[in-house]
Amino acid sequence: MVGLHKSEFRNPVVRWIDERLPVFTLMDKEYSKFPVPRNLTYMWSFGGMAMVILMTIIITGVFLAMHYIPHTAHAFDSVERIMRDVNYGWLIRYLHSNGASMFFIVVYIHTFRGLYYGSYKHPRELLWILGVLILLLMMATAFMGYVLPWGQMSFWGATVITNLFSAVPFVGESVVTWLWGGFSVDNPTLTRFYSLHYLLPFAIVGVVFLHIVALHITSSNNPLGVEPKGPQDTIPFHPYMTIKDTFALLLFFIFYFVFVFFYPNYLGHPDNYIPADPLVTPAHIVPEWYFLPFYAILRAVPDKLGGVVLMFASILILFVVPWLDTSPVRSMKFRPLARPFFWTFVASCLLLGYCGAMPAEGIWVPLSRVGTAYYFAYFLVVLPLLGKLEKPLPLPTSITERVLGGGPVPAAAAAKPMEKA
Amino acid sequence: MADSLPQGGAAADEATRRDFLSLTTTAVAAVGVAAFAWPFIHSMNPAADTLAVASTEVDLAPIAEGMAITVMWRGKPIFVRHRTAEDIRLARETPISGLPDPQRDEERVQKPQWLVQVGICTHLGCVPLGQRPADNKGEYGGWFCPCHGSHYDTSGRIRKGPAPRNLEIPPYTFTSATTIRIG
Repeated sequence: MVGLHKSEFRNPVVRWIDERLPVFTLMDKEYSKFPVPRNLTYMWSFGGMAMVILMTIIITGVFLAMHYIPHTAHAFDSVERIMRDVNYGWLIRYLHSNGASMFFIVVYIHTFRGLYYGSYKHPRELLWILGVLILLLMMATAFMGYVLPWGQMSFWGATVITNLFSAVPFVGESVVTWLWGGFSVDNPTLTRFYSLHYLLPFAIVGVVFLHIVALHITSSNNPLGVEPKGPQDTIPFHPYMTIKDTFALLLFFIFYFVFVFFYPNYLGHPDNYIPADPLVTPAHIVPEWYFLPFYAILRAVPDKLGGVVLMFASILILFVVPWLDTSPVRSMKFRPLARPFFWTFVASCLLLGYCGAMPAEGIWVPLSRVGTAYYFAYFLVVLPLLGKLEKPLPLPTSITERVLGGGPVPAAAAAKPMEKA
Repeated sequence: MADSLPQGGAAADEATRRDFLSLTTTAVAAVGVAAFAWPFIHSMNPAADTLAVASTEVDLAPIAEGMAITVMWRGKPIFVRHRTAEDIRLARETPISGLPDPQRDEERVQKPQWLVQVGICTHLGCVPLGQRPADNKGEYGGWFCPCHGSHYDTSGRIRKGPAPRNLEIPPYTFTSATTIRIG
């Protein structure tokens, strides 16, 4: 028939819908038959995990919003009401707040995986850029969400972070007043943060959709960094990846629920159970753990504007990594010289995170500076130079050759690899 | 490998171990989804603080004979009327056989002079008139719902109009001769 999609589904209802709106064909093509490299490891399960945790945070957030009151006089009490009076409110809130931490854990691992295996290199540059954009949106969302309970850390975190913008020359003060909607962090600030905290996750969903579209154009990178050369190098997404990702997801949810049920406040700060007081700053204020490395970079610079610029630069630099790394070899498996630099980079991030949690005095200041220097040197010096100086190991000619230990594919294995039962 | 998966064929017609595994996996997943959904559904039920304010004390002493007051209970209006002897006589002399929702007046009160009922029309939830002296009390001297014209008598029973049932009687107890606790 003219104008209808040619559907291959036999179920008449599915077929009727599919002919008019080929979502079933799309799902079948992109999530069932979709070929992925046969050598993907569990490091490739973190994207799917991030998607599931994003959904969890959005659902719990929608239910929290039914009980939360965005007003300085009621916000703290309404959160306590959720914890004590709302049926399962404690569970929903702990799933939400710990979910934010889990989202960052998963996304940071996902990002380091991309850095290690060169997943940002041609032709996946835009895929990578969309990912960095998701990370930025996550940070904004998480920061504004942390303000909503209106505890001491909420209030002073909001004050410090919004004051970062006062470092902007000439217009800084006006920008901060504009962000606040007043002359200090107050009710107008709380209500706009609430509005944006509800909006941005849906923006994240939108960018995640684009991220996945881009992924399905270029297909997944793999631990060898060698593109599949034919059907023998790939397996269909279903059932191989679905079952693998589901198993990884279950393990991850066990990790998540250990926090939710046994250590629900471990990743938070006790001071946030003190109602916000604009007259008293807590003795030692720290952001949530996932911001600590960036916080350390901010404090490592003795100049106000310089610190703010470096902190933002530390995230924005990720956008241009595809052009900073000059090596044509994707996977660090074949880059013996790059590997120690990479792991030192991971260590510098952890060091910065630790410094960020410590007071800005004594040994922690020079250590923060060392960490900051290496962080930027890795992107601006090491990655550009290594591509020219390093001699990579020989790349395998194909994924199958490497996976099956060389030689031709055994005929029997190629023909009947997975017998039923 | 990808192009040679055993799909369909002879084995597809009979139940295999894999079919069994698929079914049990789906069943377990369904139970898991239901268990995950329940806390979210239940969170929309009344919270503990809402349930805690679910009873209201009313002092009846200031209400003169023939007068009525309206109090709030669970966010709803409660009509408390101090009925006159005439009100009671009218309510008790009405033959219940012809009523849309037959109920004797004795079943609707604990003490004849005190009529306590939920002030919400059983039709579509409006609050009937009849509490204030100047209100239209309807054709039977009780209450009249202005939304769709339901008439209630001096016992709060539906006599005329679209409402299907008599005004609801809330649970209440006399804590003293002149005090009741609703809820």
